[in-house]
Amino acid sequence: METKTAAVSMKNITKTFGPVIANDKVNLDIYKGEILSLLGENGSGKTTLMNMLSGIYFPDEGQIFINGKEEVIKSPKDALKLGIGMVHQHFKLIDVLSATENIILGLPGKLNIKEASKRIEDICNKYGFEVDPRQKIYDMSVSQKQTVEIVKVLYRGADILILDEPTAVLTPQETEKLFHVLRKMRDDGKAIVIITHKMHEVESLSDRVAVLRNGQYIGSMMTKDTNVTEMTNMMVGHAVTLNIERPDPVDPKPRIEVEGLTIRNEDGILKLKDVSFTANSGEILGIAGISGCGQKELLEAIAGLQVTESGRISYVEEDGTKEELIGMDPRKIAEKGVSLSFVPEDRLGMGLVGNMDLTDNMMLRSFRRGHSPFTNRKSPRKLAEDVVESLEVVTPGITTPVRRLSGGNVQKVLVGREIASAPTVLLTAYAVRGLDINSSYTIYDLINEQKKKGVAVIFVGEDLDVLLELSDKILVLCGGEVSGIVDARNTDKNEVGMLMTRVGGKEDHE
Amino acid sequence: MNEKKREPLFHIVKRSALPWYQALLIRIAAIVLALILCAVITTITTGINPIQVYESIFAGAFGSARKTWVTLQNISILLLISLALTPAFKMKFWNIGGEGQVLIGGLAAAACMICLDDKMPGGLVILCMVLASIAAGAVWGFIPAFFKAKWNTNETLSTLMMNYIATQLVAFFTIVWEVPKGSGKIGIINQDTNIGWLPQAFGSKYLLSIIVAVLVTLFMYVYLNFSKQGYEIAVVGESENTAKYVGIKVEKVIIRTMLLSGAICGLVGLLLVGGINHTVTTTIAGGQGFTGVLVSWMSKFNPLTMVFSSFLIIFMDRGASEISTNFGLNHSYADILTGIILFFIIGCEFFITYRLQFRKKAEKEEQ
Repeated sequence: METKTAAVSMKNITKTFGPVIANDKVNLDIYKGEILSLLGENGSGKTTLMNMLSGIYFPDEGQIFINGKEEVIKSPKDALKLGIGMVHQHFKLIDVLSATENIILGLPGKLNIKEASKRIEDICNKYGFEVDPRQKIYDMSVSQKQTVEIVKVLYRGADILILDEPTAVLTPQETEKLFHVLRKMRDDGKAIVIITHKMHEVESLSDRVAVLRNGQYIGSMMTKDTNVTEMTNMMVGHAVTLNIERPDPVDPKPRIEVEGLTIRNEDGILKLKDVSFTANSGEILGIAGISGCGQKELLEAIAGLQVTESGRISYVEEDGTKEELIGMDPRKIAEKGVSLSFVPEDRLGMGLVGNMDLTDNMMLRSFRRGHSPFTNRKSPRKLAEDVVESLEVVTPGITTPVRRLSGGNVQKVLVGREIASAPTVLLTAYAVRGLDINSSYTIYDLINEQKKKGVAVIFVGEDLDVLLELSDKILVLCGGEVSGIVDARNTDKNEVGMLMTRVGGKEDHE
Repeated sequence: MNEKKREPLFHIVKRSALPWYQALLIRIAAIVLALILCAVITTITTGINPIQVYESIFAGAFGSARKTWVTLQNISILLLISLALTPAFKMKFWNIGGEGQVLIGGLAAAACMICLDDKMPGGLVILCMVLASIAAGAVWGFIPAFFKAKWNTNETLSTLMMNYIATQLVAFFTIVWEVPKGSGKIGIINQDTNIGWLPQAFGSKYLLSIIVAVLVTLFMYVYLNFSKQGYEIAVVGESENTAKYVGIKVEKVIIRTMLLSGAICGLVGLLLVGGINHTVTTTIAGGQGFTGVLVSWMSKFNPLTMVFSSFLIIFMDRGASEISTNFGLNHSYADILTGIILFFIIGCEFFITYRLQFRKKAEKEEQ
């Protein structure tokens, strides 16, 4: 390590937001030719720290040295001048412009798209990016957009790269591709910082890890000298067990029967084709698949939010009578007495209202109750208090707008509300996306608790390891078709992975 | 030390929620600063003592009992229009058709006064006027809402276009009903019989609008904050996806809310025609359908705050007429003053949300 030069050295950085101390005297060194993972729970100040490096925030106290020289970073422009570029979680691209136009946007000098395109292609060839400079952003997949963001900072001459949760939106394949170019960039002598919650990515990609907890710098170590348990303990501050419990199902009975479900989206593209399965009570049915293979449509169809083309979705009552759910909206489903809870992928855009406080969000499901034309906030307030207390939601109070909470706490509020209605069916989509490891395990525990109560849980996940540990059965979707339904206790990552990429991949394998 | 000097003079920091009295203090400071700036500009450009100008602005609004009543009545009308627009805006439905909805309500009231005056007793005519104007306003709100709900058309355009239709209809009927023929205006309707003239409340011809405004303010405050429908409006406005997710019928809420919005505008048309002017012209709404948008936004959709916002605007407007006559200044001069004050009031919101953090001197000395 002594042979490497510190590209960035942050000393005693403090940043407060009102009464909240986001960073407290943090010291951090970033070296050239090294990939550094910045670890910490949600709200531990990782993003804030990196935002100060990239000129979005200005530190209250402390100094920043770039290549040994003290610098003041007042704006993202200053940061870029010093060769620091950040790729944010939310992309900052203009949809109607092409990749090249986005990349050179705001740069001084003459507009010369041809020359710029050539330079972009050079950069792409050098590191192995696949991007068409002429393609418009709205035509791109999430991973392509991310590539454009990375090329953008490289084009502007960045040699210190910060990536904030870059893999949260990528498929495993896309992630692998990204890691490949990141390693190439490291070998080229660039300094790379990545913020992530996925421990196996930390292990496979980074050279060194640095841990923050509650805004304080805890320590750093070489990745090869540590392990997941040690890193997690440092993040959380006390020893945690990282085992997902899988209780045996008690008295499983069919609860949701889906038969021949076919769905086309508004543009007439087939999203689900002839999907059939049964979800039992007291069991967790995991749904695996590359993202965008119809998981969203499937859950939304069951929840009454998706127009279907053909097929049946039946809810099986305790006594065996069946209720057809297709053609009913969420309100009708609830009125039929089917207690169905849904934790959607888009928490603040669908499950909750970001600008409303906890009480009003709790009321979303129940506000219609009673004949009075007025809302009753008494019981929602009580529920909000209960959820905050029992799920340990970190919030200034129940009158705080939920968008002010960190990702993990937002999810706790949403899950807390959805399970409060004592559901018989629980649908969850990417329930732990963007959540730190501690919050993730809280969510797994909550889901298991529901399972033990006899709830039929349908769990759409992206992390195969978790799916294999948590589920009883796994349904694998591939391009909108059921590629296979396997017993989670008697399968492995390999088999599920094969099914994900090819319908009936198993037979092909044999 | 050397490097400290390169720290920016100040940077912008987001505040955590400000206590209400501090926020109020900032707003008052903004108005005071605006008045000082107005005074300076007045002295420089006209040479008139600004204190005198302020005195006559005040006199214009509250100089006599009659002036005070008219001011209050004008406030009521602007307040009512702002209140009418608010539920739509809260739903993120950009209803800029308040002007047309008021006009068509007024036209409906006038039609009843003109066509029914000899056919039924006065009380019944008034009842018809009330129903007709409210219905007309509601229809003017319904049409854009229906297209929005069904085919997701842009409501900004359609509500705006409905304004022109209303204006042209009024222009057309002005010719049909003009008295005397060829004058190009309708004149005071039923001047002799007073049929269809709204009754005076407690012996004052100004009170009726004021009472209606107070009632609608209270209604709207309760409706938006404590009713289930108000809650639905807020959810739809914040996120249509969330609304669908909990089974709120978004189309229904859009149409219902615009019916309400239009109906209250229609009611304003009734007050203007039946209670205040007793005639209808194309300019009877006087652009207040647009001023109402400003009032509603400035008050952050809070009906109680709107009372103050509409007061401010009407106060300046009334004062403006006064200074233009007293000092021979153009009416536009008062508009400039109003503009400055509004600029400060809206601008001060920045300082309520953000704080400027200046380079710390103490720290500098320390080093």
